[in-house]
Amino acid sequence: MRDPKIFGLMAEFENVNDAIMATKKTYAAGYRRMDAYSPYPVEELAEAVGFHGNGVALVCLVGGVLGCTAAYVLQWWINTISYPVNIGGRPLHSWPSFIIVSFEMTILFAGLSAVFGMLSLNGLPMPYHPNFNMPQFDRASRDRFFLVIFSSDKNYDAVRTREFLEGLSPLSIAEVPS
Amino acid sequence: MARPTEVEIGEDKAPVIVPGHTFATITDKIASIVLRRPITNGWLFGFAICFLILQWFLLAVCWLFYKGVGVWGVNIPIGWGFAIVSFVWWIGIGHAGTLISAILLLLRQTWRNSINRFAEAMTLFAVACAGMFPLLHLGRPWLFYWLFPYSNTMTYWPQFRSPLVWDVFAVSTYLTISLVFWYVGLIPDMASLRDQATNKLVRGIYAMMCMGWRNSVRHWHRYESAYLLLAGLATPLVLSVHTVVSFDFAIGIVPGWHTTIFPPYFVAGAIYSGFAMVLVLAIPIRKFYDIKDFITDRHIENSAMVMLATGWIVAYGYAIEAFVNWYGGDPYESFLRWNRLHGPYAFWYYALLFSNILVPQILWVRRVRTNSFWLFLISLDILIGMWLERFIIVVVSLTRDFLPSAFGQYYPTWDDWSVLLGTLGFFAAGMYLFLRLLPAVSIAELKTLIPQAEITVPHAEEVTES
Repeated sequence: MRDPKIFGLMAEFENVNDAIMATKKTYAAGYRRMDAYSPYPVEELAEAVGFHGNGVALVCLVGGVLGCTAAYVLQWWINTISYPVNIGGRPLHSWPSFIIVSFEMTILFAGLSAVFGMLSLNGLPMPYHPNFNMPQFDRASRDRFFLVIFSSDKNYDAVRTREFLEGLSPLSIAEVPS
Repeated sequence: MARPTEVEIGEDKAPVIVPGHTFATITDKIASIVLRRPITNGWLFGFAICFLILQWFLLAVCWLFYKGVGVWGVNIPIGWGFAIVSFVWWIGIGHAGTLISAILLLLRQTWRNSINRFAEAMTLFAVACAGMFPLLHLGRPWLFYWLFPYSNTMTYWPQFRSPLVWDVFAVSTYLTISLVFWYVGLIPDMASLRDQATNKLVRGIYAMMCMGWRNSVRHWHRYESAYLLLAGLATPLVLSVHTVVSFDFAIGIVPGWHTTIFPPYFVAGAIYSGFAMVLVLAIPIRKFYDIKDFITDRHIENSAMVMLATGWIVAYGYAIEAFVNWYGGDPYESFLRWNRLHGPYAFWYYALLFSNILVPQILWVRRVRTNSFWLFLISLDILIGMWLERFIIVVVSLTRDFLPSAFGQYYPTWDDWSVLLGTLGFFAAGMYLFLRLLPAVSIAELKTLIPQAEITVPHAEEVTES
């Protein structure tokens, strides 16, 4: 049954259409714990592995709102409470002059949240991953597409899963040591 | 990154990528520039010259710190000399990089995919150069952190109603966002370099820098969201940065500065000079690194057309300035007009009109737009012209503002020139290193543009349900 020394089975594909078809069939066969790899972003492949929404936009929105609020409240507090300067009776809470810094801080916080949110949701940085044990996986960033069914999937079976993958006619199939 | 599309080859247009490339050839060609191409004598020679200029810059800055800002030609009434002129000039150059990487991405101009990477690098180095000028101009640059709001024992806070404080926030946000935008774009390409590298140390370094990117489609999905969000955020940011820079002038009451045309006119001027710098870099890069397959005549011609269009917006700005000087009826504004045309700096004003308005009209000719040599010269001319524009705005207004008893004259010193030249050395040295250490063209984004990326399988639901 499950061998803890094995991370999963890796199938290699020549072109994007084969990879999409194979991934869709794998999903339809009931496999869920799997991932596909492509040298450039392919939305159809992400859909095929069953990955739809992602939380990056929400993280970005929260960051932007926080940045905007923090910057505005800070300026208001400085100018009216901490360091009020009466210049010819002009209002202390002169909101039009606070817009620009609030805007810039909105962009800064939203942008950094999007980037760090994306990295942390992706679990990066991650220097080691079992896939890197495979010499053919170097081509995932060049011209090949890969599909890996993880051994942690409930339907995974060293023999039957391999037979299933062979039916998808990949270029190669290999066991990935963990 | 738009959905994969075939390379469009119009009737009379050069392609975005020369046909015949595959995923493999794109990766190999771009990665080999960094990984396999030997360091040539030409590169060493160019880098050495820039590095020497950078050393000269360090000497000039040391002298400035030792003696104080008095070694520059600035004195009352000219508090802002070369420092502010060059600051605005460099920031403007940076803007083209963000325009290409963010605004053209949102507008789905796929031709940008081959020039965005080095244009972003150009932005970073240009903003770094720009940032140095206000810091050097501070007088006591080691106290620069007083510009930021932090709780301190002096119970003091920055003046948030001042455009100079807005500028600190705008420029530091711009630098940070440009840096992360550039780095995020580089992550998958550094993974490509990691996988292509044969040297173990090189492989390890790129593996660390790409944070273990493994091309997972889930990662790509979030990556695309983050990239698109950054583009959407950088677009208003880039417009706001030069607007805030123009507020440094427009919020003041000095004749020639206190005008509402400044924000749009500054932004257009920024993009104008920025595209000139893009061409000054792209033309030699594509020649010496043999990447005319990816940076084609199409890119060169499109950039030239952007210059022509923004050049006319700038010309409109000049015309409106002159019109308001006359129509507004303010005696100081009228004097400013006379002073620009007949005053001590009149020669430079005509030089500016000549190089920013007259010369670029040659770009109407198609043969010039596709001729690298002439385009290179015109771009240099525009860069000089845009520097002169900022010089005229700063110096002509400040030397003769209101009271004749307070009039003065501005003479730059050797240290002024050394710092300006030095930042050029810094910029060029940075670009030389960038070309050898990182992929100068985006590998992953180019792949989405070739026919091999076309998806022919039916949509998801049809397969899973059958």
